[in-house]
Amino acid sequence: MRKVVKYVILDILRSKIILIYTLLLFIISLSVFFLDDNNSKGLLSLLNLVLFIVPLVSIIFSTIYIYNSSEFIELLVSQPLKRKSIWMSLFIGLSSSLVVSFIVGAGLTVLYFEPSITGILMILLGSMLSVIFVAIALLACVITRDKTKGIGAAIFLWLYFAIIFDGLVLFLLFQFADYPLEKPMMIISAFNPIDLSRIMILLRLDISALMGYTGAVFKDFFGTSIGFIVSVVTLLLWIIIPLYFSERIFRKKDL
Amino acid sequence: MINVNNISKQFGKLKALDGLSIEFTMGECIALIGPNGCGKTTLIKSILGMVVPDEGTILFNKKDIYKDWKYRSQIGYMPQIGRYPDNMTIGQVIHMMIDIRKADTTILDNELIENFELNSMMNKRMRTLSGGTRQKVSASLAFLFNANVLILDEPTAGLDPVSSEILKDKIIKEKSKGKLIIITSHVLSELDDIVNQIVYMQEGKLKFQKEISLLRAETGEDKLSKAIAKTMLKNKI
Repeated sequence: MRKVVKYVILDILRSKIILIYTLLLFIISLSVFFLDDNNSKGLLSLLNLVLFIVPLVSIIFSTIYIYNSSEFIELLVSQPLKRKSIWMSLFIGLSSSLVVSFIVGAGLTVLYFEPSITGILMILLGSMLSVIFVAIALLACVITRDKTKGIGAAIFLWLYFAIIFDGLVLFLLFQFADYPLEKPMMIISAFNPIDLSRIMILLRLDISALMGYTGAVFKDFFGTSIGFIVSVVTLLLWIIIPLYFSERIFRKKDL
Repeated sequence: MINVNNISKQFGKLKALDGLSIEFTMGECIALIGPNGCGKTTLIKSILGMVVPDEGTILFNKKDIYKDWKYRSQIGYMPQIGRYPDNMTIGQVIHMMIDIRKADTTILDNELIENFELNSMMNKRMRTLSGGTRQKVSASLAFLFNANVLILDEPTAGLDPVSSEILKDKIIKEKSKGKLIIITSHVLSELDDIVNQIVYMQEGKLKFQKEISLLRAETGEDKLSKAIAKTMLKNKI
């Protein structure tokens, strides 16, 4: 399995897209911190960019990579290798290279300008989001055989998590404005890893005071160590569940 | 060696394999023939575990291949259309396969790489290769690991006459070592001096499995293509 991971990573590095992504993250994070005098504000601006770009690049890159290496996968399947280890190698190769490029591109600048717990939390969340969206991409790929459909599904999934989900939540909030929705909102946020990460960071920044009563309720839960653990476990589930199902489908897939 | 028990496979509406049972024994050199789309490649891919049959079992050395994967170290497979990572060079592909697959006990068999003169092309990228060269790479990889069982899907398609002869000589040489060799081909004249058993498939079913000497004796024809044509005609009537 280690050998296959090695070849996946070599192959990813050869395509150079991952290097461009690292450079892009580096330029963005650097310019954000230079633009704002206040590093905490800089972190907030960076957060919004990271929550958009990281899932997008992770899901699209992984989907295209999987489809483009269908030959490679076919070649491996006819060899004495376990299907599970082939799939896991693809997952590990993709997620480790995306995580490393996130840490090198954005993580180092964050550590330099804002070496606080919030900064470290942001690096952790960015890395987790990368892995989550690799897992979601694997699931999208294994379900659809057609490349166009698969990439379309990946784009739509990103759109859903990044934009549509928030729209639906807002709609719900307005419809049920007369009811106390703070607690249900916490549960709903668990259904979107991007939102969950955003809340986890926002509550550590001063601006959470601006969120009113909801902010207070959120802080009551997410601010505690139990809340933190629950959130991290939820994010981990976002990795494990799609990965588990994709592997089960891949095990029986005809190539 | 390989026992296929009653396997069926459906692709959408197409029934590729329909309750097929067949047995391949060690030391045989078998030609798997039949019209286009009769399920030859599906059968081969099922044996390799690339396609999972809807029903039935396949035993390799009396062990069910479902959920097993180690048995594939005993198979050398040459696909009909060799598909390789585009960005890699021939040398990288070969090294990768050796790295992934080689056990300490395997003795590598470089004969085909040398005879096809692939050494001078090691730096060419897979994407730039012609169909024939790709076939040469596939063939070299299939024979490289000295596997007990060789499965060759249309091995000579796209090869020039010289390379085709090299490959045929190699097949005969491996056959003499007592390996099980399964070949699918449409060019029956090429199989004449290689195979000793014929398996004829049609519409996902086994039509017949016969020793070639028996077939020749029954039909009185020396040429394989004529003998099969005669048998098919006889079966229809």
